[in-house]
Amino acid sequence: MDLQLTESELAFQAEARAWLAANVPNEPLPSMDTEEGWRLHQEWEARLTADRWSVVSWPKSYHGREASLVEWVIFEEEYYRAGAPGRVSQNGIFLLAPIIFDHGTQEQQDRFLPTMASGEKIWAQCWSEPEAGSDLASLKSTARRDDERGGWVLNGQKIWCSRASYAHWGFGLFRSDPSAQKHAGLTYFLFPMDAEGITVRPIAQLDGEAGFAEVFYDDVFVPDSDVLGAPGDGWRVAMSTAGNERGLSLRSPGRFCAAADRLVDLYRERPDVRMGDAVVDAWIKAEAYRLYTWGTVTRLADGGEMGAAGSVNKVWWSELDIALHETALDLLGPEAEVESRWLDGYTFALSGPIYAGTNEIQRNIIAERILGLPREPKGAQR
Amino acid sequence: MNFELTDEQRAFGDALDKLLVSADTVAVARAWAEGDTGPGLALWSRLAEQGVTALLVPEEAGGMDATPVELVVAFEALGRHAVPGPWVETAAYLATELAGAAREAIAEGAVATVAVPPHTPYALDADVAAQVYVAASDGVRTATVGEQVGSVDLARHLFRVEAGGVHDTADRAAEAFDLAALATAAQLLGAGERVLAEAVTYAKQRRQFGREIGSYQAIKHQLADVRIALDFARPLVLGAAVEPTPRAVSAAKVMAGDAAYLASRTALQVHGAIGYTQEFDLSIWITKIRALVTAWGTPAFHRARILQSLVGA
Repeated sequence: MDLQLTESELAFQAEARAWLAANVPNEPLPSMDTEEGWRLHQEWEARLTADRWSVVSWPKSYHGREASLVEWVIFEEEYYRAGAPGRVSQNGIFLLAPIIFDHGTQEQQDRFLPTMASGEKIWAQCWSEPEAGSDLASLKSTARRDDERGGWVLNGQKIWCSRASYAHWGFGLFRSDPSAQKHAGLTYFLFPMDAEGITVRPIAQLDGEAGFAEVFYDDVFVPDSDVLGAPGDGWRVAMSTAGNERGLSLRSPGRFCAAADRLVDLYRERPDVRMGDAVVDAWIKAEAYRLYTWGTVTRLADGGEMGAAGSVNKVWWSELDIALHETALDLLGPEAEVESRWLDGYTFALSGPIYAGTNEIQRNIIAERILGLPREPKGAQR
Repeated sequence: MNFELTDEQRAFGDALDKLLVSADTVAVARAWAEGDTGPGLALWSRLAEQGVTALLVPEEAGGMDATPVELVVAFEALGRHAVPGPWVETAAYLATELAGAAREAIAEGAVATVAVPPHTPYALDADVAAQVYVAASDGVRTATVGEQVGSVDLARHLFRVEAGGVHDTADRAAEAFDLAALATAAQLLGAGERVLAEAVTYAKQRRQFGREIGSYQAIKHQLADVRIALDFARPLVLGAAVEPTPRAVSAAKVMAGDAAYLASRTALQVHGAIGYTQEFDLSIWITKIRALVTAWGTPAFHRARILQSLVGA
């Protein structure tokens, strides 16, 4: 048992650190959910890609460097320590890509992954519906078979679609077999956001920016080549995305360790003994997350699976993120309400316990799948 | 990078668990609480044969020369089974701080104890210890045993001590304190896991309003929170064992204490009135966890130590 990096991992770390030091913009970019910020974030993705830093763990043929999981965690740690921009491509590279690698055809992989890696095409996640949030499988949007054209026709409405205001492509689940049981009969579709019949209505988030949108589908044709996995198998395919979102890939420890370090710096600038314990607790929890992740990485490298532990992970980082930022705001005192990076981080953190499956749903999963407690009787089923 | 126990370390923990499961440790702890320390001392000898008191003693002094990782593996098992006795004092603190024949005796299974004021003002179980010490600014001194004071944990017999003559030390008092705090953190982790397991078992059996109480979200979510807290305390305990810096040890102690305490409060609440009785075995862990949370450095002390190291750096 050890926490040692190998020679080659240390070399990788040094290379990443040096590149980031030379390339990370001095000033934070404008929010990616504004038109200008979006463009600048896409440019940043292109810069990462030029030197193969956008998707380090991917195959070399898709702009990656075939980095190990350990190296990926190292890269993320360095990335956030360097204060590098948020990833406008994250829905694609972290949530959808693992599914395309697992379930996509060779043709789909070759077609979608390179432009996803480079940030040329940004993907939106079209998951929830007005009547299907936590109870995602009750979704009602439909896919009707069109044999003549060799594909499907989508109708319905998705909501809270992250990045959909500006994205080029979207992914989501549609009910392709209305006679099947709730979780069966769903199919996973990929579609260009400018397809005929798609209407996007941006929704201003708490901070006023259009980070998500409502998407309406009015007889949108999707060819068979843009179905991910087998028709009717969408739930199983989608749940592997949900696992990625909850688990390791979306929220690497580097984010929180860097924020905890900045919090300690803030405390040094504005020492307030009444806040000491809160600063310490935020730091300890970030450190716990860092070490927990090394345990997860070791297990996964030995062939283990994330499973329901992804839910444990998700509750932890989402609550940690809020606690970190709340503590910073408390330290800022009356200045806390004034625009700042901490305030932006705080507003973003507030969404953590809601998206990717609310923390209440995660606690149900932990209780039922890890602790083995009896399932709660569900309400009336459709 | 390999942040999981090795097969050998796992096997060591499994062997201790197996031994303790068959030793009826609840009966041992209850007897100890009533002053009948015979079964507990017999169990001490069996655990010493497995090397538990010798882990931190160097090979040339008759020890196992093991790492703090083996120490936390052993102490998690001791906590899970509520094994009574001055284990932290002997196998962590004195095994590190003593020198010469006294340390060799510990490796061989002698029972010893120590008070380390101000954090550990009383000598635990001095009534059964062959040697009683007290830490002083100039090292370790032998101690004479004074009156007993009662602990919330009836299986912890606390004694006032008075310092006597200076004793040989390895001059590693700071390290010894940290290893004692780390061992306590591991014990808390084991105790926390145990009360969670008890609460889950109970929630699956107990029925109210026509169904198992464990099917209600009010119960589920509390138990899930305990699962989360313990899952994130564990890597801090293991991390501090791999690299036992004062900051890492303090983080482990704080989080293991918080997680175990949450586990005990939740387990008590899930059990309801039956959990509030001395007769029901849960009481053994509830009272032990309360005692260990403030033993070997209170949460406030350890948090202050972390803050100092972060801000002073």
